[in-house]
Formats: sequence, structure tokens, C-alpha cells
Amino acid sequence: MIEAQGLTKTYGGKTAVYNLSFTVQPGVITGFVGPNGAGKSTTMRMILGLDEPTGGTVTVGGHPYRRLPNAPRQVGALLDAKAVHGGRSARNHLRCVAQLSGIPQRRVDEVLDVVGLREVAGRRSKGFSLGMGQRLGIAGALLGDPQILLFDEPVNGLDPEGILWIRNLMKKLASEGRTIFVSSHLMSEMAVTADHLIVIGRGQLMADMSVRDFINTHSASYARVRVPDGEQAAREKLSAALTEQGAHVQPEDDGALRVGGMPLPRISDLAHDAGIRLWELSPHEASLEEAYMRMTQGAVDYRSTADHRAGLQQAGPVPPQGYAAPGPGYAPPMGAPGMPPAGPGVPQPGPGVPGMPPPGVQPGYAPPPPQGYAPPPPPAAPQAPAGAAAPAPREGETRR
Amino acid sequence: MAAPSAVLKSEWTKVRTVSSTMWTLAAALVLTAAVGALLSGVMNATFDDLSEAERLTFDPTLVSFFGMMLGQLAMVVFGVLVISTEYSSGMIKTSLAAVPQRATFYVSKVAVATLLALIVGLLTSFLTFFLGQSLLGDHKASIGDENVLRAVIGAGLYMAVIAMFSMGVAAMLRSTVLSLGLLMAFFFLISSILAGVPATRDVARYLPDQAGSRVMQVVPGALNSDETPYGPWGGFGIMCAWTAVALIGGYIVLKKRDA
Repeated sequence: MIEAQGLTKTYGGKTAVYNLSFTVQPGVITGFVGPNGAGKSTTMRMILGLDEPTGGTVTVGGHPYRRLPNAPRQVGALLDAKAVHGGRSARNHLRCVAQLSGIPQRRVDEVLDVVGLREVAGRRSKGFSLGMGQRLGIAGALLGDPQILLFDEPVNGLDPEGILWIRNLMKKLASEGRTIFVSSHLMSEMAVTADHLIVIGRGQLMADMSVRDFINTHSASYARVRVPDGEQAAREKLSAALTEQGAHVQPEDDGALRVGGMPLPRISDLAHDAGIRLWELSPHEASLEEAYMRMTQGAVDYRSTADHRAGLQQAGPVPPQGYAAPGPGYAPPMGAPGMPPAGPGVPQPGPGVPGMPPPGVQPGYAPPPPQGYAPPPPPAAPQAPAGAAAPAPREGETRR
Repeated sequence: MAAPSAVLKSEWTKVRTVSSTMWTLAAALVLTAAVGALLSGVMNATFDDLSEAERLTFDPTLVSFFGMMLGQLAMVVFGVLVISTEYSSGMIKTSLAAVPQRATFYVSKVAVATLLALIVGLLTSFLTFFLGQSLLGDHKASIGDENVLRAVIGAGLYMAVIAMFSMGVAAMLRSTVLSLGLLMAFFFLISSILAGVPATRDVARYLPDQAGSRVMQVVPGALNSDETPYGPWGGFGIMCAWTAVALIGGYIVLKKRDA
């Protein structure tokens, strides 16, 4: 169990973490999410006693970390993939850490097996890839068989197999009753890994709730409805009928309708009453990523703006207007409202370029929707992440 | 709380398992002995060219330790790397997460590295002495002569304390480049320049290496140098005081600053 009370940290004039209070419970995976620079690593370092809080306290198992009896046997941490002397072999690195807490040498080989580094254990860690470095760090965290584990961005640099491995490892550790606190800036990863979420932005707590509650609170579910292709009139008619009954209807690029605020059977009934056939009626859930983006959009430190290429335009010869072919490649992926034109001299094709496949762009790259109004997420994006996000809460429920 | 013996053991593994340890300590030994032997041979060959005063205060023991000028730099590198690689590699996070008691961590680290430096230092000083004397012909000193054993053991202690001083400085600065840049410039240039200029000589005398090397002299005012206002152990004490200040400074930085 980890408890933070009014945790605050300032570096010089900059506040990294402000008045953060939360509790990390044993037996579940607690995801610690926030954009880059939100204060996740700083918080982890304060938990481990590496940084002294400017204000507030944080305790691990009831003690401040620096006063914890035999800390390495109680808490294991992966802070930094390469927090290792590069000239030392993986085995010798673990040996140093093991000796600190009186862990037998046998255990070193055990954890090397667990993380799959047995064969390269004799090699200097200098030559390790980022993924191997992560595995070595995880091995170090597991050495003391601790009840509390902290992982800072553990999936960074891991391949899909490695990501799956660490996910299953954390789930197994949590099911053994351990406290697992894992940070990430990838909400989609947390959606399938964590049971509970602590979201911070600009060093402040934005949410502390279960993954299921987070989705329910911060996103809306909706239905996708499709009438047979070419039946434009039917589509208009259905749209009007649904709107009349209080649903929120939006057309999508591929001709489907996005219907919010109405249960699926009711939509089916209304379509039936209007004599309209449906080719599709499917439930959808806005992904965790979208809810997260909406929540933290005001708290993103590093935001990109459109590249106007003005400097280049001045330096080089300006292509004559209309010469540059308006290929679909220039289209903004979402056809997002309010997005400025990409640059002078390049004609902007409309959002719904005919024949353009739905771009496989993560919703994470979608420009934030206008402030104060929470419209459904941009079209064509949510399918993939929503599908990925859906299983997690269900698994979470069966476990409880 | 991690037991101090466990931390000592771990620090021993740490220092043992990086190749820089072996290289720097070997360099310290070889440089000190080889340069000492070379200068001893040269001194023996050119003894008659020395001035009368220099011949009267000829100190064969000190001559054989002339290589310390270079050998100590390798000890500086050893001392700096022991501390600074923790920071440059990020290992410090792992170390302090495992040993939250920073005093235990720091004392163990310095103790293990100092012990190693002392063993290598003593090995170097005895080897250097006998090698140098064997090349000094008729002018050689014997280990049984008055104060000679003190000078030889003192040379070994000097090397260990130089390493400790460097550890303290590295713990304060936390950077390999910064620490080496400062210490190399100091020991190789600044200290000898200040000692060479008459105006600053009286101050330079109290610098750690100048004061500490007095312990290697057998003849007071050896080779017609100025008599120091302190004795061999007095000079060594001044060096130890410098080192204590550096180590305490390093501890305060480790204790106060975020890792």
C-alpha cells in the first residue's frame, strides 16, 4: 500500500507536483497516467525517497521510504531502463543489488530466467537494446520478491511480445496480492492492463477511480447505424426519426450514422417503425484514450502546432497555385473542424475525400475538440482503440 | 535497513566488476614505478652534475617516488570514477532505492574503494622503492635506514588519501568530466605552478598534494628544497584535513540533494 498526502515538489520556481493525494491498493494494478512532464516520474522518485518532497508526505507500507526496514525486500522498482553501469554484465549488476538485501545468488539466475535474459547475462549491459534494458530493470525490481512494485514506463522500447509479457507479469503479480503501481503516458496500454487509474496533469490529480468508472464518467457510448448503401433517402428519414425521439445523430464519413443517447433496441424499433432496413447496428464505446485526451488537453506541456512551412516558402520558389496536386495524402487525417490549412499554396481537399480509406491514425493525434463542448470523437478514428479498450473492464469485473 | 556488511559486500562487487577499476589501479602502479625507476636511473647517472647543496641533501627515497606525480593522476581517475559513474549511469537510483540510508551507502562505498586504493598504494610504494633503489647504485637508501620505512608506507597512504580526496570532490560535483577536469588541472598544473612561483610558494605548501608528499621525504629540505613548517606526519595531516572536508562536503551534497 502506498499513500500520498498533499505531495508537492517544486524545482526552483517550477512546480512539478502539486498537492497530490492518493492511495495505491494491494491486489490490483494501479495505472498512473499523465502526459509527458505531468510529474509521474517525480512522484515515483518521491515514493522511493530519491527526491525529498517540498511538501506533504508519502509512505510505503506505513513508513516513509527512507525509514523502511529492509526496503529492497519490500519494494521493487523499475525507474529507468538504463540505470545500470554499462560496463557491468547483467548478472553482475543483479548480483550487486542482490547482495544489498542478503538475497542469495540463486535468485539472480531465477530472475534472469523470468525476464528471459539468461543467455546474455554475461554480456555488458552497454550493448543492450532498450527492450533488454527494460527487462534487466524489471529483473532488478523482482529480485527481492517484494510486495510492492513500481514500474515507470515499463513498456517503453518493448516489442509487442515484450509488452504482452510485462502485462501478464503485472497481472500475475497483482493476483498474488501485491501492490502494483505502473506509470504510462499511453492510456490505451493502461486500458488493457490496469484495474484502477490515477490520472495527473501538470502535477495535479485529475482522476482517481477504477478503469470502468473512468470510462463511464468521461466518455459516452454510442451506436453505429448503417442503412443499405445508396439509400440516401432512408438515411435522412432515419436520422430525422431518431433526432425527433431525442437521440444525438451525426453522420459519419462512410455513410453510417453515429447515434448517441439512445439504447440499441430503441433504435432498432424506430427503424422498424419507419420501415427502414439496417445493415449495421453496433454498440461502441469511446475509448479510454479519448476520455483521457479530453481530460488532460488543458494540461499538456508540449503541444505541436501545424507546420506552415512559411520559412521554406520564402526561401524556395513558390509553386504556382494549383500546380501542387491535391492528393489525398495532404488531407488532414480526421478532417477535423477548426484545423488551420496546412500551408499556403497547397489546396486543402475536403475532409471526406471520396475513396479515401479510414486513416489508421490513433485518436491520440486528433486535435482536441473545442473547449466546453464534448462532441463525439472525430469520425473514423474510434473503432480500433475502442475495440482494444473494451476487454479490460470486463476482465476487471470478472476478477472482482 | 540494509545491513552495513551487505552494503560493503555489494560495493565490493560493484568495484570489482567494472574494468575501469583494474585499468586505473594498474596504471597508478605502473606509472609510479616506471617513472620512478626511470628518474632514479637518470639521477644516478647525472649525480655528479648536481649542485653541492643538492648532493648534500640527496634523498634517494624521495627520488624513487618522483613517478608519483603521474601515478597519483591515475588514482584521481579511480577515485572519481567510483563515485561519478553512479550518477552518469543512473545506477545511483537503483543503489539508493536499495539503500535508502545514504550515510551507510556513502561510507561503504568510500571505505571499499579506499581499502582497495590503500592495498594498491602500498604495493606500489614498496615496489617503486625497491625498483628505484636498485637503479640508484651507490646513492641508494636501505629500507632499514632511519625514516625510510615511514616514507615508503607514507607513499602508499598518500595514494589512498588522494583517491579519497577525489571521491569527496566527485560526490560534490556528481560529474565525471567536471571532477576530472578540476582535479587533473589542480594536481598536474595549478599545484605545481603555485609551488614553483616564490610569491605563492608559502600558500601552495598547504595544498593537499604538496603537504601530503612531505611524508615521502626522508631528508628534510631534500634536494635543496625549502624546509617545510610542518613535519612529515604534520604534512600528511594537512592532506587528511583537506580530504575530510571534501568527503564531508560530498556527504552533505548526497544527503541534501535529490538523487
